[in-house]
Formats: sequence, structure tokens, C-alpha cells
Amino acid sequence: MDLQTTIYLFVGASFALYIGIAIWARAGSTSEFYAAGGSVPPVMNGMATAADWMSAASFISMAGLIANMGYGGGLFLMGWTGGYVLLAMLLAPYLRKFGKFTVPQFIGDRFYSKSASTIAVVCLLTASLTYIIGQMTGVGVAFSRFLGVSSDTGIYIGMAIVFAYAVFGGMKGITYTQVAQYCVLIAAYIIPAIFISLSLTGNPIPQLGLGSTMSGSDMSLLAKLDQVVVDLGFGKYTTTTAGSTLNMFVYTMSLMIGTAGLPHVIMRFFTVPTVAAARSSAGWALVFIALLYTTAPAVAAMAKLNLHATVNTAVIKGGDLYAPEASIKADERPDWMKRWEKTGLLKFEDKNGDGRIQYYNDKTKNADAKGKAEAAGWKGNELTVNADIIVLANPEIALLPNWVIALVAAGGLAAALSTAAGLLMAISAAVSHDLVKGVFAPNISEKNELLAGKISMAVAVVVAGYLGLNPPGFAAGTVALAFGIAASSLFPAIMMGIFSKKMNKEGAMAGMLAGLFVTLFYVFAHKGIFFIKGTDFVEMIGGANSFFGITPEAFGAIGALVNFIVAFAVDKVTKEPPEHIQHMVESVRIPRGSKLVDGAH
Amino acid sequence: MDDVSKGYWSATLGLLGKILAIWFLVSFGAGILFVDALNGIKLGGYPLGFWFAHQGSIYVFIALIFYYAKAMGDIDRRFDVHED
Repeated sequence: MDLQTTIYLFVGASFALYIGIAIWARAGSTSEFYAAGGSVPPVMNGMATAADWMSAASFISMAGLIANMGYGGGLFLMGWTGGYVLLAMLLAPYLRKFGKFTVPQFIGDRFYSKSASTIAVVCLLTASLTYIIGQMTGVGVAFSRFLGVSSDTGIYIGMAIVFAYAVFGGMKGITYTQVAQYCVLIAAYIIPAIFISLSLTGNPIPQLGLGSTMSGSDMSLLAKLDQVVVDLGFGKYTTTTAGSTLNMFVYTMSLMIGTAGLPHVIMRFFTVPTVAAARSSAGWALVFIALLYTTAPAVAAMAKLNLHATVNTAVIKGGDLYAPEASIKADERPDWMKRWEKTGLLKFEDKNGDGRIQYYNDKTKNADAKGKAEAAGWKGNELTVNADIIVLANPEIALLPNWVIALVAAGGLAAALSTAAGLLMAISAAVSHDLVKGVFAPNISEKNELLAGKISMAVAVVVAGYLGLNPPGFAAGTVALAFGIAASSLFPAIMMGIFSKKMNKEGAMAGMLAGLFVTLFYVFAHKGIFFIKGTDFVEMIGGANSFFGITPEAFGAIGALVNFIVAFAVDKVTKEPPEHIQHMVESVRIPRGSKLVDGAH
Repeated sequence: MDDVSKGYWSATLGLLGKILAIWFLVSFGAGILFVDALNGIKLGGYPLGFWFAHQGSIYVFIALIFYYAKAMGDIDRRFDVHED
């Protein structure tokens, strides 16, 4: 069977499965629509949370980023998993005990203020909408690369699938499709990794293979990789840090806090039956996430080594990487390179006209590498590789069978669709529950609220699709914004709502706005006001990364700190919250008396 | 606030403090601040600091959450505030 047919078969079968689940899991009540009836077992919720959380970025881009960054890429690994420790201990069990459908509802009730809830809705909508753009474009990318249809057609098909299970099934439909999507995406990620680890190190477990010696040599894989990349003028793989140590520290912290504060992840913990289940479910979520996150660094290092070995035969054989015959002849390059050149993700240009491919760092500060390249007559790096290739083309680089490539296509789509659905759920719940029922029509009947939920979900799908089809110019900066907002506004507000009994509405609102403001200010200074080109004002704040060398992506933790400081300062000078709110905080802190989540305001 | 809930809350905060300390040590400590020193030690083919940043901290996080879930369950029962 040829590759194209196999891919259609795998993707078609996975879509049929999602539709089947959608028909089975229709939501008949608001409780099912917002919280899957509150009856999802903790292990299953962990699996759904993992799929919800692991987006197109985790599946497609992360390993490539790590391959480029080396040790510094660990900030994604630690940041995006360490947040679950915070979520499990500081937020999830208490929000579950509170027992309402949405995050803004907690903020509104705890801080006895519709304005506080509305600020939370705005933060939630901005974070979720910016995040969803990346997912929809990810769906388009996966379709166009693998299925030979245009990116636009891909997004339409993706919208139709999400529509089917999200609009009719709500949280219930989304939960059970996410479980299926997790199984597809994790198989798609791990199977190629096993093959590659086995061929490079003889150890089938990638996590162990990364720490093993190369097959047929007594040199460890990481030492080999370090040697090759340093010789070619790149930074040493196992020690190159992301900016300064301080930047890496703050960046990791921002990702952790942002992860814990993202509403579409928090919401998943409203679907479990008890407080105890919310605690253990976070652990299960991290187990399922860790399966991918501990495999990713192995994929990164091994694919990087494979890529170098493909274009330079001296990598495996040993000997001089700069010898003329070590670089492969351009017309003998493997077919997969030609295939990916068509997509523009891989580019080859014979700068010195020798008919061979030289892949090295031509901007190196390593005098040794620079001298060798000049002596060998190399006139600049001739191969540019997009980070996404590391996962997408990985099976082809390692010469794996067609069905593995097809599985990776289905896995990439599962990762993007599951996260998109989770985000859509958070958006539609905020609109139908917090805005329509909370603000505009408090007396709406359950049946009408369910209808409102389905309509806002349908509208959200269309808006997300539109943004995916016409990605605004700022698409690249948006993930940083989503994490920055979650870290600087939502996380501190929820945490103080639980851990500080005396925190009042004035403090919480001032904190949220201050945290949000400084984060947006710093991001916009670098990337333009609302990401509009030419409106950046980075010179005004003293140049790029002027705040102790911290990059705008890493700024969320600083925003959170500002939030906490402002909140406590304002809290000190305003009057303390009413008695019944303090009692409410006390009751949220203890598990006894937990009940199914409901939507009563 | 009565004595039971005071005791319960301080036991909870004590547990959170301990777990957050380990959480901080393995990621920000071993994975970032002390990474160079730890890289001098080898874990198979892994430099130890690199291993903490790319593998080890994640395994410790998982253990921490399950330990938290179990220890919280014990505290709930000790102060008789567990779910029925």
C-alpha cells in the first residue's frame, strides 16, 4: 500500500472513532455539558487532561525546539510539567470543593464582585483565543503536509470534527474523545522513538537510550552528540543554556505558573466526583504527560544526531567532519529531504558550488571550527531545517515503515484537535455561564442555558476556524501571551482566594489588573501594541530584554509577583471581606461536604 | 475558626511547604542553579545536572503529587474532615 493511502486510512479511522464517541456521548443537561456530569474517574480524567494539555506545540514543535536549544530546552520540560505540582496542591482540590462550573465563577463568588468575575472572563477569553489560533493552524499544517490537501481545507475538516463532538457533547463528548485522542497521540509519539532508540543505542526505551552508549562504540550518545555539534561550531548540547541562568529560572517559573493558571486545564478537574479524586487525577495527568515529555528529549537528541549523520558520513564512521568526501553529494541526498524541501521546512542551497551539502554553524564564535570550515573551502551553512521537522520527518529520517509515518500524521491531528476542543469548552462556558447566565440573564432556565452553551460553542468553533484561516500577524507571539496572562492574572487571584482568607475584592482586582498590565506592557514593548508591527517601543524601556535580561516570553512570573505585591498592598488599606466570604474560604479548604459541581450563582 | 480547622490547615500548609521545597530543589536547584556542579557527576551516559533538567525533575514531580494525594488523605482522616 502506498504512503498516501496508508495515511488516509489511519487518519480516517481515527476521525471515525471520534465521531462514534460524539454520537455516544451527547450532553442532555448543563451538568453534563459543563462538567461531564461530574462522574469522570480520576485515571480517565488524567488521560483527558494530558490530551487537553498537550497541544500541537508539544507534539510537533517541542522536540525540535529542544534539539535546537540543547540543555536550555529543559525549561519547557520542567516548566510544562512542574506546573502540575502547583495545580494539584494549590488549586485543583479547592476549586473542586467549591463545586462550580467555571474559573470566573469562583473568582466572582470568592471576591463577591461581578467586576472581578468579568475581569477573569476577559483574561480567560484572551488567553484561550490566542492559544486556539496555534491549534487551528496546527491542524492546517498537519493536513497539508500529510494529506495533500490545502491548509484551508484541513481547517474546515478539523472544524467539522470538533463541531460534531464539542457542540453536541460539551465537556462529556470532549472528555471521552480526548481519552481516545491521547491514546492515538502517545502511540504516534513513542513508537518512532522506540525504533530510533533501538537503532542508535540498542536500547528500546528512549529514556534509557538517551543515557546509553552508541551501538558498536563505547562512547555515550550525548558525548558523541556534544563532540559532533561542537566540532561543527554549534553550542555544546548538554550545557548550552537559554539566555542567562536568571532568564532560564524565570522562564521556567513563568511556564509553571502559567500552566497551573490556564482555565481549560483547571476546568478538567471539575469533572471528577470528589476532592480526593481531583488530587490523584492531577498525578495521573502528569504520568500520561510525562510519557511524552520524557520521550521528547530523547527524540530531540537522537533526531539531531541522525540528521547530522545523514548529511555527514564522518559522524558515524568517525574521522574528519571537514574532509571533502565526508559531506554527502547533493544529488545523492535521501528522498525524504527532497519531499520536505517542497514544503519549505527544509532548504538546501549549494553556496560553495561543490555539489555537496555542508551543514554547520557559520556564525560560530568558536575559532577552531571557523578556521576548519574556512580551510575546507566552506562558504556558509547550506542546509536550513525548520524545528518542526524533528518530529514530523523523524520516521522518514530513521527510514521507518509507512504505517509509522501515517500514525504520526494521525497523532499530530489528535494533539491539535484535543487541545482546541478543551479551549473551546473554556470559552463557551465563560460566555454562556459567566456572561449570559451570570450577567445578562440570571433567570435563564437550565434548558435555555444548555442551548446558549451549545450556541456559544458553535460560534466559538467558527471564530477559531476563522482565526486559523486568517491568522493575524501576531500568531507567533501568542502562546507567550496566553501563558503570560494565565500566570500574571488568573493564577495569583485563584491562589489568594484560597490561601488568604482576608484577601478582599479591591486587592484581588487591583492585583489582577496590575499583573496583567505589566506583562502586556513588557510583551507589547518588544512585539508591538497588540502585536501590530511598528508599534513596539522597546527603546523606551531601555532596549530588548532590558529587565535583567529577561525575555518577554519569560515575563509571566514577574507579572505574577507584581500581582501578589499590589494585591496585598491594596488589601492592607481597604476593608476586609465580609464574614460569610471568610466562612466560605474555610469551607473550601476542607474536603468534607463536597458535592457534585453545579451552576447555581 | 475552631481548633480542628486551625490544626488541619496548619498540617496542610506544613505538607505543602515540604513538597514545594523538594519541587524547587529538583527543578530550579538541580536542573538550573547547580547544574554545572552536578554535570561533573555521571548517571550512565547522562551528566547528572542535564538529567535533572531533561528527565529527573519530571519523575520527582509525579512522585510528589501521588505522595501529596496520599498524605493529604491521611491528614483528612486524622482531623476527621474527609469525604464520606
